[in-house]
Amino acid sequence: MSVTALNPTVPDVPGAGRPPAVRIEHLSKSFKLPHQRYSTLKERMLHPFRSTTFDELEAVKDVSVEIGEGEFFGIVGRNGSGKSTLLKCLAGIYRTDRGEAEVRGRLSPFIELGVGFNPDLTARENVTINAIMLGLSRKQAAARFDEIIAFAELEEFLDLKLKNYSSGMHVRLAFSVAVQADADVLLIDEVLAVGDAAFQQKCFEQFERMKREGKTIVLVTHDMSAVRRFCHRAMLLERGDMLGIDTPDAIARRYNELNFGRLIHSQTEGGRFGDHAIAEIKEAWFEDARGARIKSLEQGQRCTMAMQVHFHADLDDPIFAFNLINEPRHTVFATTSEWSDGPSGHFGAGETVTVRVAFDNWLAPMRYTLTPSVARAGMGADALDLREDLASIVVHGARVTGGIADVPHEFAIERA
Amino acid sequence: MSTTAMSQRPVVLGADFKRYWALSWTLATTEFKLRFYGSVLGYAWTLVRPFALFGVLYIVFAEIAKLGEGIKGFPAYILISMVLFQFFKAVVDGCLTSLLNRENLLRKMHFPRLVIPTTVVLSALFELTLTLAAVFIFLFISGIFPTAGWLELIPLAAMLTVFATGLGLLFSVMFVRFRDIAPIWDVVGQMLFYASPILYVASMVPEDFRQLYMLNPIAVVLTQMRHAVIDSAAPTAAAEIGSTALLLLPVGFVVVTFALGLWAFVREAPKVAENL
Repeated sequence: MSVTALNPTVPDVPGAGRPPAVRIEHLSKSFKLPHQRYSTLKERMLHPFRSTTFDELEAVKDVSVEIGEGEFFGIVGRNGSGKSTLLKCLAGIYRTDRGEAEVRGRLSPFIELGVGFNPDLTARENVTINAIMLGLSRKQAAARFDEIIAFAELEEFLDLKLKNYSSGMHVRLAFSVAVQADADVLLIDEVLAVGDAAFQQKCFEQFERMKREGKTIVLVTHDMSAVRRFCHRAMLLERGDMLGIDTPDAIARRYNELNFGRLIHSQTEGGRFGDHAIAEIKEAWFEDARGARIKSLEQGQRCTMAMQVHFHADLDDPIFAFNLINEPRHTVFATTSEWSDGPSGHFGAGETVTVRVAFDNWLAPMRYTLTPSVARAGMGADALDLREDLASIVVHGARVTGGIADVPHEFAIERA
Repeated sequence: MSTTAMSQRPVVLGADFKRYWALSWTLATTEFKLRFYGSVLGYAWTLVRPFALFGVLYIVFAEIAKLGEGIKGFPAYILISMVLFQFFKAVVDGCLTSLLNRENLLRKMHFPRLVIPTTVVLSALFELTLTLAAVFIFLFISGIFPTAGWLELIPLAAMLTVFATGLGLLFSVMFVRFRDIAPIWDVVGQMLFYASPILYVASMVPEDFRQLYMLNPIAVVLTQMRHAVIDSAAPTAAAEIGSTALLLLPVGFVVVTFALGLWAFVREAPKVAENL
C-alpha cells in the first residue's frame, strides 16, 4: 500500500493537526480455515496429521489509517472484503496478527446494535441492561432512561417483551441506547439497513448532531449515499486489501466500479515475458476520446489503448503489439505496429515513448484486459517485454447479444 | 477526551474492575431471573428440584437400602450434601457451555472475557443461597439448630466454589475446541457424585482406602460440613484423612485446579471470539 494513500489531501477533515482518535498501523489479520474441521477428540486421534492442513484466509492485509478526532470515517467494501474483521480488530474483539490499533478516548464497545438484547425481557429491562453493557452505571442508565425511550418513540410499548417488537422497533430501541452512551469513538456496523424512512431521518439527524459534537464515528456500510452524506473520508477494502482512502465521492465511485465490473486490479499483473533489458513497458492504460484515463467505457465510444515504453538501449524498428483479452480468456482483438504502414523507426537509449491504438469500441459488455508487448523486428517470438493483463477496462452496454462483439450493422430482409 | 491512546485487543479482565463487576452482576441477575421465566411456580422451582430429588434418594438409600443406620441426622446430611454437590455441578456445567452460549456477545462486543464464567458462578451462588435458606428450615424441623460451627459453611462453600470455578474455566475454553468435553464431563460428573460422600458418609469407606478417598476435595468439604453442621461428634475432615497437615493435599489440589483453569482461560480467552 502506498504511503501517500494514508493522508490524501481531503479538505475539511476535523482533528487535523491533533493526535488522531483512531490509529491503525499495518494491521493484518488472518484466519486459519482447516480443510476439515475436527472438533472431537476421536476425530483428532483418528486423523492426527490430516487436521494440520488448513487454508489461511487473510481477511485484512496491512491496513493503515489515522482517523482524526471528530471525523466521520467510512469503511466500505463488498461482502467478504474484510470490513467487519477490521472493525472487530479495532474494537478489540479479535486479536491482530500484526500491527496496532489504537483508540484515544472512550470507545463504544458494540459493533452491532442490539447486542445482548434478550427477547424474553421487556424493553424497560433491556434498556437498563444494554446501557450497563455500554459502560453506563446503573444510576446513569436510570437517569437517561426517559430520553432513550423518547428518542425511540416507544413510550407505549415499555412493558412489552422484546420478542413482540417488530424489527423496526427493535432497531429503534437499540440505536437509541447506543447513542446515549458517552463514547468518544463509535464503531457502527451496518446500521441503516432497517427502520422506516422517518426513523432513518432521525438517525441522520443524530449523526449530524454527533458530528457537531466532535465525536469520532467509524461507519461500516454498503450504503454509498450514507457515505456521501456523512463521511469526511472513506476507505475502500477489497479482499482484505486497502484499495485507498479518499473523499466519499471518489470512494463511492470506485466502490461502484468494483461492484459493477469486478474491476479491482488496476495493477493486475499476469506473467511477464522477455528480459526488458532493452525496452521496458512502464505502464498501460485505456483512454476515452478526450484522452482521459478510464476504467470503464460505454459501448460504441471511441477507445484508446496505450502503453508507455522506455528504451534502455538503442533499437531499430521494434514491433509494438496490443492484445485485448475477454473474461473467458479469448483474444478478441489484437494488433501490432508491424501491420501498419512501414517500420517504426529508430529509438535511442533513454528515450520514452507512448504508443496508442484508437478504435471504435464495439466489444460486448464485459471486462477486458490488455496485454501490451514490444518485440524485436523480424523475430516474432523474441519479445523484449510482454506484460500480461497490465490494464483492464469494463465495457458497459445496454444489451448483451451473446456475441463477443456488437459491431454496427444493418438488417435487410428482402422477399425474393 | 482522555489523552492516552489505548491499544485495542481482547481482554480477560481489563483495568476497569467496576465495569467487570457491574456487567457480571447484571448478567447474573438477568440470567437468574430468566431461568424460571414463564413457569407458574417461578423461584419455587429452585427448591422443588433439590427437595424432590432428595426425597427419592432418601427413600431409596436410607429407608430401603438402610445405608444410614446409626448416623445422626442422616436425612439432613443427604440434603445438604446434595445441595452442595448440585451447586458444584451447576457451576461446572454452566461454565462448560458458557462461552458457546454467549457467542453473540463475544463476537460483537468488547468486554472482559472473564465476565462470562463469573456470571455463571454468581447465578449459581444466588441459587445456592436461596436453597440453603429452605434447607435450614428443614434442619430446624428435624431438630438441628444453628451453632457457631455453621459459620464453617462459608469457607467450605468458598472452597467448593473455587474448585468448581477452576474446573469450569478449564472446561469452558477446552469446549470451544473439543466438543467431547461435554459428554466426558457428563460421565465424570456422575462418577464424582458416587465417589463423594453424599448418600453415605466418609467414615463408611473402608479404612484402607479412606486416605486416598479423602483426597477428593468434595469429600473433604462434605465431611467437614457433617462435623460442623449436623453432628459435632462426627469426625472432622482432618481426622478422616489422618492429620491436619494431610489436608493440605486436597486443598492444594483445589488451588492447583483453580490456577490451571485460570491459566488456560487467560491464555485462550482472547482467541475465543474467532474460534467459536
